[in-house]
Amino acid sequence: MSSPILLRGSIRRRLIIQLLVGAALLATLMFLVVQRYARDLAGQSQDEILAASVTAILDSAAVRQGDLTVDIPYFAFSMLGNISEDRVFYAIRRNGSFLTGYPDLPKPFAASGSTPRFQTDTYDGEDIRMATATRRLSVEGQPDFIEVTVAQTRYGLRQQLAAISQTVAGFGIGFFVLSALFGILAAQSAIRPLRRLAESVSRRGLADLRPVSAPVPAEMEALVRALNGFMSRLKTSLTRSEDLIAEAAHRVRTPLATVRTQAEITLRRVDKPENRQAVREMIRAIDESSRAAGQLLDHAMVSFRSDHLELEDVEIARLVRETVDRVHPTADLRDIDLVLRLPEATMRVKGDPILMQSALLNLLDNAIKYSPADSCVHVSARITDQEAVITVRDEGAGFPKTDMGRLTRRFVRGSNTDAVVGSGLGLTIAHEVARAHGGRLFLTNHNEEGGACASLSFPLA
Amino acid sequence: MRKSVLSLGLIVLGAILGLLLGPLAAPAQAFEIEDQISVGPADARRVLRVLSTGDAELFEETIRDFLATLPDVRVDYIVASSAELMRAVGNGDAKADLVMSSATDLQTKLVNDGRAQRYSSPVTSRLPDWARWRDHLFAFTQEPAAIVLSRKALADLPMPENRQELIALMRDHPERFQGKVGTYDIRASGLGYLFATQDARTSETFWRLSEVMGSLGVKLYCCSSQMIEEVSDGRLAVAYNVLGSYARANGDPAEVVVMLPQDYTIIMLRTAFIPRESTQPGLAGLFIDHLISRGWQAAPGAVSVAEENAWTDEAQALRRIRMGPGLLVYLDALKKAAFLAEWSSAILQ
Repeated sequence: MSSPILLRGSIRRRLIIQLLVGAALLATLMFLVVQRYARDLAGQSQDEILAASVTAILDSAAVRQGDLTVDIPYFAFSMLGNISEDRVFYAIRRNGSFLTGYPDLPKPFAASGSTPRFQTDTYDGEDIRMATATRRLSVEGQPDFIEVTVAQTRYGLRQQLAAISQTVAGFGIGFFVLSALFGILAAQSAIRPLRRLAESVSRRGLADLRPVSAPVPAEMEALVRALNGFMSRLKTSLTRSEDLIAEAAHRVRTPLATVRTQAEITLRRVDKPENRQAVREMIRAIDESSRAAGQLLDHAMVSFRSDHLELEDVEIARLVRETVDRVHPTADLRDIDLVLRLPEATMRVKGDPILMQSALLNLLDNAIKYSPADSCVHVSARITDQEAVITVRDEGAGFPKTDMGRLTRRFVRGSNTDAVVGSGLGLTIAHEVARAHGGRLFLTNHNEEGGACASLSFPLA
Repeated sequence: MRKSVLSLGLIVLGAILGLLLGPLAAPAQAFEIEDQISVGPADARRVLRVLSTGDAELFEETIRDFLATLPDVRVDYIVASSAELMRAVGNGDAKADLVMSSATDLQTKLVNDGRAQRYSSPVTSRLPDWARWRDHLFAFTQEPAAIVLSRKALADLPMPENRQELIALMRDHPERFQGKVGTYDIRASGLGYLFATQDARTSETFWRLSEVMGSLGVKLYCCSSQMIEEVSDGRLAVAYNVLGSYARANGDPAEVVVMLPQDYTIIMLRTAFIPRESTQPGLAGLFIDHLISRGWQAAPGAVSVAEENAWTDEAQALRRIRMGPGLLVYLDALKKAAFLAEWSSAILQ
């Protein structure tokens, strides 16, 4: 029925992916920035404590009895042990020559001044951070430079950084998961109006071509406008073609009546059996055409009235009786009894009596057409909690089981109906009338041997 | 005695092997060995070489316990002075798989200078923070520095409870203490130097005490055991900075009083680490675990590192030696020379 729809991408998926990528980028950025900041901070605190150590040692340098002494204070090193369990190295040089400590410690960059300078180097196969400061003393009138270097490995720093990284990574992942969740929710809610519109359009009846009236977000204005315009054009074109069909049917029917009369006159004049047969077939074809034209007109009428439904109180029993009266002559022709069974109670529904009559007429017409001669067609009405149901049952072959679902479509005929004149519009008309009234048409077979059974239901007033 | 028989056997075996192999034998030890025992089968598949400052007979039982579940292991326990140990391990000549010492400062310096390798196990991770450093150095005993007094020599004098009282007592009765005061020769003993430097950094009282001891003709010793022996038989009235644990275990309570000074008591930590060149680090690690859980029983009177609050009833101000770079300060060559000079001038008068 519907051609396959080509799909390329998904708005929701694209939205989610874009939001996820954004969130991942943000989370990574946050991680890198915080980690960088933490590294600077941790490095800074190590530098500060190294500087304090160097200063403490320099402060202990003094000239005693004409000679330079350096008395390393205990806390100069013990404070380095307070923040981490890093290895500590030091070197004290006097006028550039080694005095005490670790002689092979890397030489600091040449510089002077008492503010400590820092550098990163390797010693004994490990990364170290070094702080160096120089102080000028005067020994017996001669300038004397003392240079102190204190170095520390960077385990503590790395451990601290690893711990911070882990925490920040946890935060980053949490942030990502949270924003991913929000992203998915946002994507869902963004496409919800679209899905709602699609649902409301697909829920519509075939003939419902009214414009969309529910409010939609601004972004969908163009789509809805286009959809409404399209539907209105479709409706115009549909109406025009129905008008055309009705007009055509009407124009065909009148000349056909004339042709039929002429054919019957001719039949009476013809004697040769083969000629008579040809004329009979001609008449039959004319009947078929005429009937089809009639039903096309009926259908056009039903379509029109369904679109502009004018409801009034309808009494079901009276409607059934009147309609059955109208088909009596046809039934009599084939010796078919119309058995009527109606309840005592009044059954009132809101409806268009002309449409309802047309629907029932079509069902009765079908029943009589497909019944064997000299049989009964049973017409009954009953009332349930919410609806009034009119049932027409014949004693014919019944509906072919395989066709049940599609018999109400236009111009679809049962697979066992070749011998009978018909257009395939009767059940369609009944179906459309029932639907216009909020009711249903349902088709069953009475029993295994057949006997088609068609029921029309209308909701009670 | 079984041990001496075993040792003798090993020495004989070693001598025979030495004679047979001659030039193929291992090069001569690069350091001076004071004592050596081997526990376990002579043809063991694995040999753990332990280099230690602790007396061999003290640790033999601990080693036997350790080997109870390791039938294919032999432990060679080599005793050296802390200075020899420091030199040998510092140069990388020790060829030891495990190094144990009571000189916490020297051990710390060896670890700081990169002579040790990392080790960690469920046992070591249960140690309190002060009992391990860098996951390289592990303490397995706590032993206090005590003042040991002879009951007979003090006789009617009041029993001092802190350094101030001891100083006053010695000043007031020089005739009783003249030539009967002993302490470590810190030039020779690593542990003595550690105790003295920790004293010096804790309180100025140490220098006053040193001067008083110097004025009384102080005798200097290499080891705690000798001082305890002399206090026990009355040759000494006071021994300062003696391993309290040894004194408790070896001194006769009727003769000696082991006093933990109330002003402050230095607590030494006996420590062990696995040297970088160890060929049996796994086995050495197991031995460290064993020492942590049982090793304190070897050093007489020592307390397990699991007991954080030992001696709190006797001495209130406990100064547990803190492993860390602070201990490097007094090992600095200049600083050490200056400290020894000052000490000598105070004590040798």
